[in-house]
Amino acid sequence: MTTGSDTVALARQTWAGLRVLLVLTLVLGFAYPLAVTGVAQVAFPWQADGSLVSATGERVTSRDDAVGSLLVGQAFDGPQWFHPRPSAAGDGYDTLASAGSNLGPQNEDLLVAVEERRAAVAEEEAVDPADVPVDALTASASGLDPDISPAYARLQVARVARERGLSADEVRALVDDATVGRDLGVLGEPRVNVLRLNLALHTMGS
Amino acid sequence: MSTTWTAVGQIAIVVLVLAVAHRPLGDYLFRTLTSPRHLAVERLGYRVMRVDPDAEQRWSTYLLSVLGFSLASVLVLFGLGRLQDRLPLDLGMAPLDPAGAWNTAVSFVTNTNWQWYSGEAAAGHLFQMAGLAVQNFVSAAVGIAVLAALARGFARHGTDSRVGNFWADLVRVTVRVLLPLAFVAALALVAGGVIQNLGAHTEITTLAGGTQSALGGPVASQEAIKELGTNGGGFFNANSAHPFENPTPWTNALEVVLLLLLPFSLPRTFGRMVGDRRQGWAILAAMSTLWVAAVGLLTWAELAGPGLVPGTAGGAMEGKEVRFGEAASALFAASTTMTSTGAVNSMHDSLTAPGGGVALVGMLLGEVSPGGVGSGLYGMVVLIVVAVFLAGLMVGRTPEYLGKKIGRQEITLVALSVLTMPAVVLVGSAIAVSVPAGLAGQLQGGPHGLSEILYAFASAGNNNGSAFAGLTAGTPFYNTLLGLAMLVGRFVPIALVLALAGLLASQRKVPEGAGTLPTHTPLFVGLLVTVTLVVVGLTFVPVLSLGPVVESLS
Repeated sequence: MTTGSDTVALARQTWAGLRVLLVLTLVLGFAYPLAVTGVAQVAFPWQADGSLVSATGERVTSRDDAVGSLLVGQAFDGPQWFHPRPSAAGDGYDTLASAGSNLGPQNEDLLVAVEERRAAVAEEEAVDPADVPVDALTASASGLDPDISPAYARLQVARVARERGLSADEVRALVDDATVGRDLGVLGEPRVNVLRLNLALHTMGS
Repeated sequence: MSTTWTAVGQIAIVVLVLAVAHRPLGDYLFRTLTSPRHLAVERLGYRVMRVDPDAEQRWSTYLLSVLGFSLASVLVLFGLGRLQDRLPLDLGMAPLDPAGAWNTAVSFVTNTNWQWYSGEAAAGHLFQMAGLAVQNFVSAAVGIAVLAALARGFARHGTDSRVGNFWADLVRVTVRVLLPLAFVAALALVAGGVIQNLGAHTEITTLAGGTQSALGGPVASQEAIKELGTNGGGFFNANSAHPFENPTPWTNALEVVLLLLLPFSLPRTFGRMVGDRRQGWAILAAMSTLWVAAVGLLTWAELAGPGLVPGTAGGAMEGKEVRFGEAASALFAASTTMTSTGAVNSMHDSLTAPGGGVALVGMLLGEVSPGGVGSGLYGMVVLIVVAVFLAGLMVGRTPEYLGKKIGRQEITLVALSVLTMPAVVLVGSAIAVSVPAGLAGQLQGGPHGLSEILYAFASAGNNNGSAFAGLTAGTPFYNTLLGLAMLVGRFVPIALVLALAGLLASQRKVPEGAGTLPTHTPLFVGLLVTVTLVVVGLTFVPVLSLGPVVESLS
C-alpha cells in the first residue's frame, strides 16, 4: 500500500468512527445519564440532590431550606462549635475548589503547619499537645471531609459544653449519638459527622 | 478490632467479591466477543451507523478502525472543550484553552483521564456527560476489543491475518457489558449518597452563617463507568476522595471492586477464547500475585507512617479522609495505580515515601497487574511472550506460546512494545527536568520534586491518570508533552499488538511437543512475575533511586 491510499483509508475509517461515535454519544452521553437521573430522582431523591439538611436537622431537597449537605464538610470557626479538620480547599471548605495540600511526607512547610496546629488545638482545648489526634493536625484529601475522628470529637467536648452552658455529659451524649462505626465492621474507620453533631447542638440550644 | 485486622478484613471482602464474580463475568465476556448473533438493537445501530459488523477485518484494517474511531473521538472532544461555553448546561464555564483541550481530549480517548483542570471550576455538565463520560465507555471498550483481536490471533490458524471486526467488538462490549453494569453501579452509588441531578452550583448559607456552594451534576452515572472502565477522571477535582463521588466506606469498597472487576475477569475470557482455561488461570495468578504484593506493601507503609511529617503528626493522614483512614486509602491507591484507573481517594503526593514509591512502581510495571480493561491483559500477554522467549533461549529451543511459534518478527514486535512505555516515561521526564518550563511545575524541590515529574510521565505513558498533584501540570508545556506521552503510550503498543495478532492468525498451529514449555504451571507464573519485575527494575532503578528511594532513606 502507498502512503496516499493509507491516508484515504484512515480518512474513511475516521468518517465511520464519527458516525459510530455520534450514535454512541446519543446512547451513552444522553440516554444513559438521563435514565440514571430519572430513576435516581424517583428512588433516592434525597441522596441524588446532595443529602441536604435544614437548620432543624430535617432532610430536605430544596437548597433554599438547606444549611448544607451531611456529606460535605463546612467551616465551623467559633468556639461554640465542634471544629472540622484543617482544609486545603480554597480558604477552607470551598466546594468550588476541592483539593488536598499535596505536600509530601518530608515537606518542611507541612511540618511547621502540623506543629502550629498542634499548639493551637492544645491551647484551645486546654489539653496536653501529645493528646491531639492526627486528623486535627492534617488536611484531608478533598478539603471537604465531613468527619472527624471520635477522639478529636471527645477532645472538643469540654470547650463546647462550657461555651454553650451545657454539661459535659450532655455534649458527650451527642458525640456518642453522632459516632458511626466501620461499615460491615471492617470497612473504613469510625467517625463523627461534624455537621450532624453541630446540628444536634444547635437544635438543643433552640 | 485492631487496624491491621480491619485492613485485612476489607481486602478480604474485595477479594471475595472478585473471586465470586470473575468467572461468570469472564464467561459472559467470552460469549459477547464470540457469539455470531447480533441483538436487534445492535442491528438497528449498525444500520444507522452504516457499518458492516460481519466483515472480518485484517489486522491492518482493524487498526485503522481503532485509529479512525480514536481520531474522531479526539476531534469531537477537542471541539466540545473549545466550545463548551456555547453548550447547554455549561454553568458559565469558559472554553478550555487549545493546549488544555488537546490534553483533555487525548487523555480521555486514551483511557488515561489525566486531569490538569478542576472539574467543579472548569467543566460544564454537558461536556462531562456527553463528552468525557462517553469516552469513559468507549475507550474501555477499545481496550477489550484489541485484546479480543489478540486472542483471536492465537486461536485462529492459517487465516490471512483476519482478527475480527472492530465495530462489532466496540458496540457489543459497550452495549452488552459496560452499559448494564454501569447502570446498576450508578444507582447503587446514588443510594450511598453520590449525587445525580442536572442542577448548577449555587450558594447556600451554612449553619454557622457562612456561605458555601451546593454542588450539582450527573455524578453517579459518570462515577460508575469511571471505575468500571478503569478510566479515573473525576467529576470533581478531589476525584474519589470527594464526598459526592465516594461518600462512605462501603461505596469506597464498591468502587475498588468496580475498578478491579473487568481486569480480573478478562483472563478467564482470554483462556476460553484460546481454548485453554488453564492459561487464563495462570495469567490471573501472576496478576493477583503482583496486586496482593502492592496492596500489602502500600497498606503497611501507610499504617506504619514513616517519615518526618507522619512521624510528627502521629499518622499518615495528610491528604486522606477520616471515613477511609490509612487502610482503605492504601487499598484504593494500590488498586488504582495497578489498574491504570488513576482515580484517587487520597492525595498520592502526600503518601508516605515508600507508599508513593509502590504506587509509582505499580504504574511502571506497565499496568499489567491487572492493568486497564483489555490493555492490562494484552500488556501481560506481551510479557508472557518475553518470558517464553527467555525460557526458550535458556534451553535452546524455538519458543512457542499457545501453539504459535515466537519467531524473529513476533519477538521484534513484542520488544518494541515493551520498550515504548519506558522510552516515553524516561525521555519525557528527562525533557521536563532539563527545561525551565518543566522544572517550574514542581511544588516541592529535591527528590520529591523529581518524583512529582516522574510520576506524571509514568501516569501519562501508562495511561493511568493519577497524579502527584502538587505538580502544576496545567501549563502549555505539560499539557502538550503529557498529551503526546499519553498518545504514544496508548496507540504504539496497540498497533504493535494488532500486528502481532495478525502475524499469529496467519501462522499454522505448532503441535505441542516434548520441548514445549508449559505456560500454565506455577513455575511459569513465577517466571512471568520475575520477568515483569526485572524488565521494570532494569529500566527504572536509576531514576527511582533519585526519587522515592532517596526520600525513603532521608
